[in-house]
Amino acid sequence: MQYVDEYRQPELCRQLIAEIRQLATRRWTIMEVCGGQTHGLLRYGIDSELRDVVRLIHGPGCPVCVTPLESIDFATQLARRQDVVLASFGDMLRVPGSRENLLQVRADGGNVKIVYSPLDAVEIAASHPERQVVFFAVGFETTTPATALAVHQADRRDLENFYLLVSHVRVLPAMEMLMAGKDNSVQGFLGAGHVCTVAGYQCYEEFAREHNVPVVVTGFEPVDLLSGILECVRQLEGGEAEVCNRYSRTALAEGNRKALEIINDVYEICDQSWRGLGTIADGGLSLREKWARFDATKRFTQLDLPIIESTWCRSGEVLSGRIKPIECEHFSTSCTPESPLGAPMVSAEGACAAYYRYACDLTQQSVPELL
Amino acid sequence: MCLAVPGKVVEWRDRDPPFASALVTFGGIQRCINMACMTDVSLGDYVLVHAGIAISRIDPDEAAKVWATLERIDLDEMEIGDRSDTVIDEE
Repeated sequence: MQYVDEYRQPELCRQLIAEIRQLATRRWTIMEVCGGQTHGLLRYGIDSELRDVVRLIHGPGCPVCVTPLESIDFATQLARRQDVVLASFGDMLRVPGSRENLLQVRADGGNVKIVYSPLDAVEIAASHPERQVVFFAVGFETTTPATALAVHQADRRDLENFYLLVSHVRVLPAMEMLMAGKDNSVQGFLGAGHVCTVAGYQCYEEFAREHNVPVVVTGFEPVDLLSGILECVRQLEGGEAEVCNRYSRTALAEGNRKALEIINDVYEICDQSWRGLGTIADGGLSLREKWARFDATKRFTQLDLPIIESTWCRSGEVLSGRIKPIECEHFSTSCTPESPLGAPMVSAEGACAAYYRYACDLTQQSVPELL
Repeated sequence: MCLAVPGKVVEWRDRDPPFASALVTFGGIQRCINMACMTDVSLGDYVLVHAGIAISRIDPDEAAKVWATLERIDLDEMEIGDRSDTVIDEE
């Protein structure tokens, strides 16, 4: 596939790895913020290949993982209602709630529909006027144009049975929170390429300057990831802290203006609870008052049931890069994709799931080398 | 969740935002994609698609610049011209 295959050439990857090794005079700590990049780094073995010169730690860039438990519980309650269709990305179904997940609700007869796009949920609402259709709107800036467009489409079609359960999160406030942490060890960031295609990357200029930390926007293929790491190491070695775009084939400094207009029309910035991390100031989005009729939290009442988080799960430490998944004593023992303690083990972008899938066979003997 | 797939725009279907849409081909598989955020692309352009929405255009000139940058970083006698013969297989 064009613009994919050429960024997976092993020979180019080897050259980039050699260049990184040549440049690095010490071992640098670099964080990728996006869960898709986490999986790329593990899948292609980049983290273990570079472990002696770069310590790659994984950030909170898995929206499924940080969706607050309260919202998961609300979604399962809604899916149990006879009059509701709960539409969701497939990733959300196995995420543990306080008592159950959406997959269990569906097995019990709850109406949970997996959709590829929020616009598919709008179609379901249009063709089932007798049902109340709720789309579970999770995701970073990459996904917000799609859910905002769903609102615009539902409005134009005069749908009175379409709602969003919104749990959108924003990347930059989470990066700010990480840098403010007392035990922060991040020296450079790989910027989330697809978030930047929508939101742009000029917003990182002040962040890079203030924290004296390079931010290198990059993509998801191995050549992208390695060229991003190379630029990050180059800056760190030279004492620079700039925003640099290594995903220029599709990310612009100002982002996608049309998408941002649509997002800003539908959403406003709000403080947001991040599962495992707590409330982050300006860390999320909520529907503007003029679109309140599409807000599931206003249409339906959440049952007042206790919110019960696993006391074992160390996802907060994983999501903030303080530990790697394999440092958790429950990893691959009492926590597996089939029986997860927390969301990072089941999300397609979760760091624990990435280690389980790509590095699990190494955990018994090679843990120290991977740290 | 933030993964997006590049595809080529082959036919406009609707020009009316928020319903603007086009037929996009992904290595032979075609799907109707919402284009409300990318109304100014031309047929033959590549776009990145996420959750049924085109979120950005892929600029072939910028893509070529990346190769030029990589060449500058001393890629020995690498054959940059033919980039499609050796790829890491998809699972």
